[in-house]
Amino acid sequence: MTTTTLAVLVPLLPFLGAAAGLLLGRTAPGFVRPLAVLPTLLSTVFAVLVALRQGGGQAIDAATELTPTGSVPVELALHLDGFAVLVAVLVGVVASCVQIYSTGYLRDDPRYPSYAALISLFTSAMLLVVYSGDLIVLLVGWEIMGICSYFLVGHYWETPEARAASLKAFLVTKLGDVPFLFGLFALAADAGSFRITTVLGAVASGGLDHPTLIALLLLAGVAGKSAQFPLHTWLPDAMAGPTPVSALIHAATMVAAGVYFIARLLPVFTASAAALVVLAVMAAVTMTGSALAALAQDDIKRVLAYSTIGQLGYMTGALAVGDRGAAVFHLLSHGAFKALLFLAAGVIIHAAGTNSLAAMSRMRDLRSRVPDAYWTMTVALLALAAIPPFAGFFSKEAVLGVAEHAAAGEGAAVPASAGWIILVSGLVTALLTATYATRLWLLAFRGHGAEAPDHGRQPVVMNAVLWVLAVPSLAFGLTMGLLPDWFDGHDLTPTLTTSVLGTGLALVGGLVTYGAWRHTTALAARVPLGAVAAHPEADAGVVEAEAIASHAPAYGDVAYAPDPADPGRLLLGPLHRHAAVGFHLDAAYTALFVRPVRAAAELVRFLDREVVETYVRGAGTAPRWLGTAVRRAQTGNVQTYLSVLLAGSAVLAAVAVLVATRGA
Amino acid sequence: MHLAYPAVLSVLLFCTGLYGVLARRNAILVLMSVELMLNAVNLNLVAFDVWLSRAARDALHSGQALTLFTIAIAAAEIGIGLAIVLAVYRARGTSDIDKLRDTAETRPGPGDDGTEPAAPAMAEKTEAAA
Repeated sequence: MTTTTLAVLVPLLPFLGAAAGLLLGRTAPGFVRPLAVLPTLLSTVFAVLVALRQGGGQAIDAATELTPTGSVPVELALHLDGFAVLVAVLVGVVASCVQIYSTGYLRDDPRYPSYAALISLFTSAMLLVVYSGDLIVLLVGWEIMGICSYFLVGHYWETPEARAASLKAFLVTKLGDVPFLFGLFALAADAGSFRITTVLGAVASGGLDHPTLIALLLLAGVAGKSAQFPLHTWLPDAMAGPTPVSALIHAATMVAAGVYFIARLLPVFTASAAALVVLAVMAAVTMTGSALAALAQDDIKRVLAYSTIGQLGYMTGALAVGDRGAAVFHLLSHGAFKALLFLAAGVIIHAAGTNSLAAMSRMRDLRSRVPDAYWTMTVALLALAAIPPFAGFFSKEAVLGVAEHAAAGEGAAVPASAGWIILVSGLVTALLTATYATRLWLLAFRGHGAEAPDHGRQPVVMNAVLWVLAVPSLAFGLTMGLLPDWFDGHDLTPTLTTSVLGTGLALVGGLVTYGAWRHTTALAARVPLGAVAAHPEADAGVVEAEAIASHAPAYGDVAYAPDPADPGRLLLGPLHRHAAVGFHLDAAYTALFVRPVRAAAELVRFLDREVVETYVRGAGTAPRWLGTAVRRAQTGNVQTYLSVLLAGSAVLAAVAVLVATRGA
Repeated sequence: MHLAYPAVLSVLLFCTGLYGVLARRNAILVLMSVELMLNAVNLNLVAFDVWLSRAARDALHSGQALTLFTIAIAAAEIGIGLAIVLAVYRARGTSDIDKLRDTAETRPGPGDDGTEPAAPAMAEKTEAAA
């Protein structure tokens, strides 16, 4: 098979798997698991083959125009460069892991067939975005991901949290997608084509008339999809979905799409210095704010969600200083360790019967109940905190290194201010990241108190997947020598200054948290806390749904627990209260957008019910009254009718005579 | 003979017929009153025909021809009418027009006169048709 055929099959196989899964889910339940796992696995194999054949050399382009569509043609195009093929491999690997993990995690779930099919569709849409060489085809995959995330986040739709979260995810990302669509149209109008190669050619020859406008419009869509400030609020709430879905959304699909999109069209963004500064500020606010918020969360998955937002901030930061190699490097390594973190968190939630860190910190020996999750999560948290030699260290240092270069004014088209913003906020975030990673690890695995509940061993498929993902989390950094061949050729090796600074800050963060934890842990015994799921022996998905549903009733809020033994509370001080609720951004949005919209809806309802419907009802009531009056004359006596007829004729005759005589 | 005599006679006949149609209760008497009205019209037709032909404005005697038509139609009408009356009488046991109120608007509510006899009447009607 040619490389092009293979590349076409990569997004097509999961799509066919999804279609077959949806069709056969009820009639042939035995085929659901193979139909979910095999196409994704096969497409991963094909993605690896495509990556090997492409080999980081000249980009492979193929296009076919199905039908003429008017002014600017829309083509089914592939554009396989080093970035595309490597990201596709990441998507395939993570999606395969998630599918295999789900067969254990949602073993007894009645909606597993539709769930697996939607995961396949989600994967296929992301692969379409990755490989597509045409912006409109890319947009199709982009929007399919939006609707898939809506369905998957709302998988436990019996709980009100899941319903609200799925709607929020859909609406917030759509809020970004509208400007994104206009940005695409403006870009195509300026460049004269939707093909990425043509667009990049037009940018290179200076053919863009409104680069800042286009870049800012596109940034809105990217902020929505990649959960960047100010459109990030959907991501922490999306934790109401099943853990494998979170892993998929956070590691490989959806949030990666925004970063990947900028990486693909980076020359469009570097054409405008203003857009780069906006992107840098956005990334800086996102990463520091989310790291502070992560330190205050009580739900283990919400900690990870905020850490995803922060790591995405690193990627957009790298893009803001014009280096897509570092951004995609961090995307790849983050995809591996974040998928691992989420899948391990799913195992922990199942074993502990709760998603609350406060409750976990009051359980002894949780780590010996889930040894696989304990060791792999330790690896992934070290990678997240960027401790050498784990994967996260190399990719994060690559980002900080390019930021340092840009701050020194070595970047060609990049403003030095953007470099400084990213460098400073990146170092602050490195400190905070290590802090919340340490806090998560200490609270989850170093608890004191009652013995952790014993529910037997976790399913083998779930544990095996964790070890598969632990390998790249541990060793992916070693590929930094090879990766520049696939990327733009920029060197990705860490520079000495930023490495020492970043690692030092991370160590400081970890040690300070440890000290704070030693100080507060004595309090834990005094304040009993903790509620566990009602059915601890059930399927992991059921346990998780119950844990999410019971968090707000048990602790007062989905994100917050009144736990004085939390080291995050000591470290953040008065900030803790604000950080726990995401710095009141949701409340601000409620006041700014939700209330006015509700008021407008109330007004429209009033106008409809009280004004428009009055006319409609009047139009019905008046004839009815008239009819009632006329009906009284209908006595059934024929003679009465005739009498009235006669009287009418007499009156008419009289009138006719009168009129005739007057006329004469 | 002056035209006034037959005209006045015709008016008297018509008014008698009209009174009968509007006031009598027996269906046969109503039919007879209809005949009276028709014949009043016939009288008018003949009288005016004579008057017009005398003035030589109408040589075709269309009034008389129309009268013949009216008589024929009246014969057919009275045949059908009497047959209907007979059928109604057989079905209902009465030919009182005041009691034939099937077309009345039935009012909802108990103790209503319009609905009460309707159901047995319907049953009788279907019996007669069978």
